[in-house]
Amino acid sequence: MGLDIKIPIGLIFSILGIMLFIFGLATGSDPMYHKSLNININLWTGAFMLIFGLFMLTLSALGKKKEKKAKKTTEE
Amino acid sequence: MEHSFSLGWIDYSIIIIYFAFVLGIGWALKKFMKSSKAFLEAGRSLPAWVTGLAFISANLGALEVIGMAASGAKYGATTVHFYWLGAIPAMIFLAIFMMPFYYGSKARSVPEYLKLRFDEKTRGFNAFSFALMTVFSSGISMYALALLAQTILPFQFELNMLGWHMTPFDVYLIISALVVLIYTYLGGLSSAIYNEVLQFFLIVIGFTPLVILALIHIGGWEGLKTQLDVVATSNGFQPGAWTHTWKFMGHASTNPMGVEWFGLIMGLGFVLSFGYWGTNFLVVQRAMAAGNMTAARKTPLIGAIPKMFIPFLVILPGMIAIALTMDPGSGFSLPLKGDSYNYDTVIPMMLKTYYPIGVLGLGITALFASFMSGMAGNVTAFNTVWTYDIYQSYIYSKGSDEHYLKVGQWTTVVGILLSILTAYVARVFNNVMDFLQLIFAFINAPLFATFLLGMFWKRTTGHAAFYGLLSGTGVAAIHHGLTQPAGATSLVKGGWLGTVLHTYPSEMAQNFWTAIFAFSLALILTIIITLLTEQKKTEQELKGLVYSLTPRITNKDIPFVRRPEFMAIAVGAIAIILTIIFW
Repeated sequence: MGLDIKIPIGLIFSILGIMLFIFGLATGSDPMYHKSLNININLWTGAFMLIFGLFMLTLSALGKKKEKKAKKTTEE
Repeated sequence: MEHSFSLGWIDYSIIIIYFAFVLGIGWALKKFMKSSKAFLEAGRSLPAWVTGLAFISANLGALEVIGMAASGAKYGATTVHFYWLGAIPAMIFLAIFMMPFYYGSKARSVPEYLKLRFDEKTRGFNAFSFALMTVFSSGISMYALALLAQTILPFQFELNMLGWHMTPFDVYLIISALVVLIYTYLGGLSSAIYNEVLQFFLIVIGFTPLVILALIHIGGWEGLKTQLDVVATSNGFQPGAWTHTWKFMGHASTNPMGVEWFGLIMGLGFVLSFGYWGTNFLVVQRAMAAGNMTAARKTPLIGAIPKMFIPFLVILPGMIAIALTMDPGSGFSLPLKGDSYNYDTVIPMMLKTYYPIGVLGLGITALFASFMSGMAGNVTAFNTVWTYDIYQSYIYSKGSDEHYLKVGQWTTVVGILLSILTAYVARVFNNVMDFLQLIFAFINAPLFATFLLGMFWKRTTGHAAFYGLLSGTGVAAIHHGLTQPAGATSLVKGGWLGTVLHTYPSEMAQNFWTAIFAFSLALILTIIITLLTEQKKTEQELKGLVYSLTPRITNKDIPFVRRPEFMAIAVGAIAIILTIIFW
């Protein structure tokens, strides 16, 4: 309905992903990771979220390109 | 507060960013809300993947996340029946056989389908009972959200505003109500749907790390099985009772759910499941918002795919939690409640155990997101039914479309206010919640009989549908009044008609059999009354509403692998394979 939801979704996950990733880097040696079985869960989750967010934004951009191309061919 | 979480600035930032996006999506949609169709039906223009995920998400409220985790601890793997048996078959049936009538007819809602197919009184009964149900569901979600927030967030304060003495509970409730109000007022159904899609991804991404960590901690599936064998035997069951889904369903006494296979399949797998997924406008509305018939039919199927795997996300934590509790060396123990465990604390406790700050904020945000989308979903469904089926039908039918758009917008406000009211009612009268959910179960039980006969037998008449529905609901109530589950201590559980004719081995068994009796009576009665009354609708009027009078959809222009039928077969096959693996 006029708004491509992939954009807000891509944005929020990219933003939160970067935040968690950097936070994970900054707190790498913090004892709090004992809870998560000594895995830097913030780093991994942040990375995954960022990848997912960028993936969504890419899909959205590709979709727009396809639409523009289709519009062009109907106009010709 | 012993249970409250210690949170860092990063956690609060995540929550705030989420709220900002949710409001932003509503704001971005504002300019498209130019007609009642745009506001209440999302313009019937959404892509199938969006409606498919929203379909599942509207149903995956936080009550389900918390409830299924609790059930995972209490009933083990058998909880999965609510998914592979109690959802997938019905979703397939809805997609292939029922959507053509919902989407192809001119109906803008489920009650409106009933009006077109049957008559005004059938529509009215469904519209009023549904409207009541959604307002209460929204209120209950709101109450549960405020309660959870109050428990896990570490803020302690008391405010005095305009003479009202506010505690954290009140503040959290008002804030969440306000946020939902703003984004549903601005963007209508589209806003609710888009936020449901966002919520879906948040839940998956927010909870997957938890499941992975907990599973590693307990020693993988094999380690979990070993621990759960101990849980099973210490509860008087065979080892494996907590990890098998069908093996011990032969008799009610051999599985922790306390149900035998027939009651399970007919009660849950058929009546309750088809009655909910096939007729509940909360979910059907999402499919009806799709851009075309094929997208509408694919919606439940697209939703079915994640639905099949959600058990690994919500039920598994519960199973792991009880396994850890029974292991004295694990350091983890579920708190007690009476003479058993407080199963509702599984999710908060698991989050606290495995998540450091950072992902903790993510997990909390995912939970809050699902509460809020439960609220928004119910409010938008209420909105459409109120505006079209109650206001336009019974109060004022001659308005312009702008008039109904305004009515829709104002109903959003009223709907939220009513939800706030019911949230406080639920807080004061805890038993009222149980009582109301019981009433709504009575109403749902016979519904599928009405729709089944309506969609597949052109002869079914309006009188038959209405009285069949009414008596089915009555039978559900009577059955409940005459039976009790074993060990029942209050009349809310049954037996309130004086004598107890039968004692069921468990509450689940009683629920499933109530549904079976109600459905059967509604079916038989509707058939009998149909044969005794006249069909008031002409075949022309029923075209597109009944199977025999609607041209079959062939989809010849789409390759077979992209047709809904193929998708349905694939979904069914995966569900069967999963069932076999975890039998």
